[in-house]
Amino acid sequence: MNAMNARNDMKRRNRTWWKTATGLLLTAVMLFPVYWMLNVSFTRDQDMRKSPPDWFPVHSTLDGYRTVLDQQMPYLATSLVIGLGTVVLTVAVAAPAGYALAKLRPRGGGVIGFLLLVAQMIPGIIMAMGFYAIYLQLGLLQSVPGLIVADSTLAVPFAVLIFTAFMSGIPRELIQAAQMDGARALRTFWSVVLPMSRNAVVTVSLFAFLWSWSDFVFASTLAGGGAHEPVTLGIYHYIGNNNQEWNAIMATAVVASLPATVILVLAQRYVAAGVTAGAVKD
Amino acid sequence: MNRTTRPPDRRPVRDRNGAATPPPARTAPRRRRPTSQQWAAWAFLAPVTLYLALFYAYPLYRNVDLSLRDYTVRSFVQGNAPFTGLENYETVFQDPAFRPALTHTIVFTAVCLFFQYAIGLALAVFFNQHFRLSATLRALFLVPWLLPLIVSASTWSWMLNSDSGVVNAALHTVGIGPVNWLTAPSWSLTSVIIANIWIGVPFNLVVLYSGLQSIPRSLYEAAALDGANAWQRFRCVTFPLLRPVSAVTLLLGLVYTLKVFDIIWIMTKGGPADSSTTFATWSYRLGFGNLLPAFGPGAAVGNLLVVAALVFGLVYLRLQRKQALT
Repeated sequence: MNAMNARNDMKRRNRTWWKTATGLLLTAVMLFPVYWMLNVSFTRDQDMRKSPPDWFPVHSTLDGYRTVLDQQMPYLATSLVIGLGTVVLTVAVAAPAGYALAKLRPRGGGVIGFLLLVAQMIPGIIMAMGFYAIYLQLGLLQSVPGLIVADSTLAVPFAVLIFTAFMSGIPRELIQAAQMDGARALRTFWSVVLPMSRNAVVTVSLFAFLWSWSDFVFASTLAGGGAHEPVTLGIYHYIGNNNQEWNAIMATAVVASLPATVILVLAQRYVAAGVTAGAVKD
Repeated sequence: MNRTTRPPDRRPVRDRNGAATPPPARTAPRRRRPTSQQWAAWAFLAPVTLYLALFYAYPLYRNVDLSLRDYTVRSFVQGNAPFTGLENYETVFQDPAFRPALTHTIVFTAVCLFFQYAIGLALAVFFNQHFRLSATLRALFLVPWLLPLIVSASTWSWMLNSDSGVVNAALHTVGIGPVNWLTAPSWSLTSVIIANIWIGVPFNLVVLYSGLQSIPRSLYEAAALDGANAWQRFRCVTFPLLRPVSAVTLLLGLVYTLKVFDIIWIMTKGGPADSSTTFATWSYRLGFGNLLPAFGPGAAVGNLLVVAALVFGLVYLRLQRKQALT
């Protein structure tokens, strides 16, 4: 009996060992483009057109990263400012809305919730065209606040969804929403609800930052050619200029991927929660 | 009935006394709340309502307006373009680029959806088993989804480069001649489809995986006792029980794939010779891609896309509501 158990155990471990190996292989295939981006970013100019290419960065160089430091810092700074601005605007608009929809439940609130779900479905390129027409008249083209507002439209519907779902779980006794006047509601929101919703704030901030950092549609339509261009345009100009320095392009791409990497490493559970909660992403 | 028999002064009394009085047991079919709370609630909703009006409704309205007028660069700034009704839409329908763009949009969406779903489902079933590193590897699969689209698109561009790309180098070692992935009209659509599938697989994997988690283990055990093999268990247990999640995933994927723009524009700009043009890139090219912008037709194409996305989006919302009720 014991021997059989042991054998079964070994058999199972053997089987899962194969699964782990298969899993590693699949992950390697899936992540190959990411590896290739890294590999090319370390490749010397003279090896770039080599056939066949070097599969490993044998003669690695940091030239590409030096170019990034020389040329891309302003773009990266702009992206950082726009990302942070988007986070602040998104949380400021979405958190109170989530509270109202989850706990105060005003008559007609369902309509707002529905409109937010519909808003997520509108293609970004159409929004960009509308924003372009409006900004042209207001003189907001190529401005940082203009891009912050446009980028926040990527995140606000999702953010309200997350806040509503999260705040619904806060016990009613803590809020005592049933008998509240305006001023007390504000205080409760600020000193009870918001601190308790820290996880939701983190999730929303992460995604709002990531989406605005990654945005290309709004950047190219609303900020193109201006003094403040985000890093997505920095990369795009590199490619567009028929640049042959692919190590610099890929080095910029690596740097532009850093926020995503940091977020995945530090806040993986928030990411998975975000994907499934709203099932959103364009 | 109850509403009519309720004393008319109850509401003000309850307001004044606040929390001191426990709310009376009510049997009214519709719960009513004190007006002051209604005001507070709408005060909290005011920012997002204003936001929706200013930054969603107004740009959309401007877009419809653009598509109904004959805009030139001059009148675009001055804002006095003549109203032309549906003329822009007629221009678009009669444009020789219309039919190819429609075909490419349908092919792109259908092929991407099919492979994203199939690969995502296969991976979700695989990762649903218990083995070492399963959770870590699953997390790593999220990377393509998190990367900025410009990063993915430019990496794929270089990988698919005709002369120096790693894909052609790999094909060369197995004796297949160089493929002009991005520069041959017959291959460009395939190339952007491949890149987009790569980006979309993680989303399908995560959502379908969470769906698999909610299928009770006991069902598999029962099926195994009945002598069902792995494929039969998948076909008779997993797939039918996953149908609601699958429907939601596919519909949402459809809405998101319809509006894919970045990947195609960065990799091929819709070319060569419109061979990878979809509605999204066509709309952009009309409005922003040329020296002489055609805002009216561009907005018209965009609005067709909005209608398509909203139709499927509403089907999705309806489906989700129905599922939430059952």
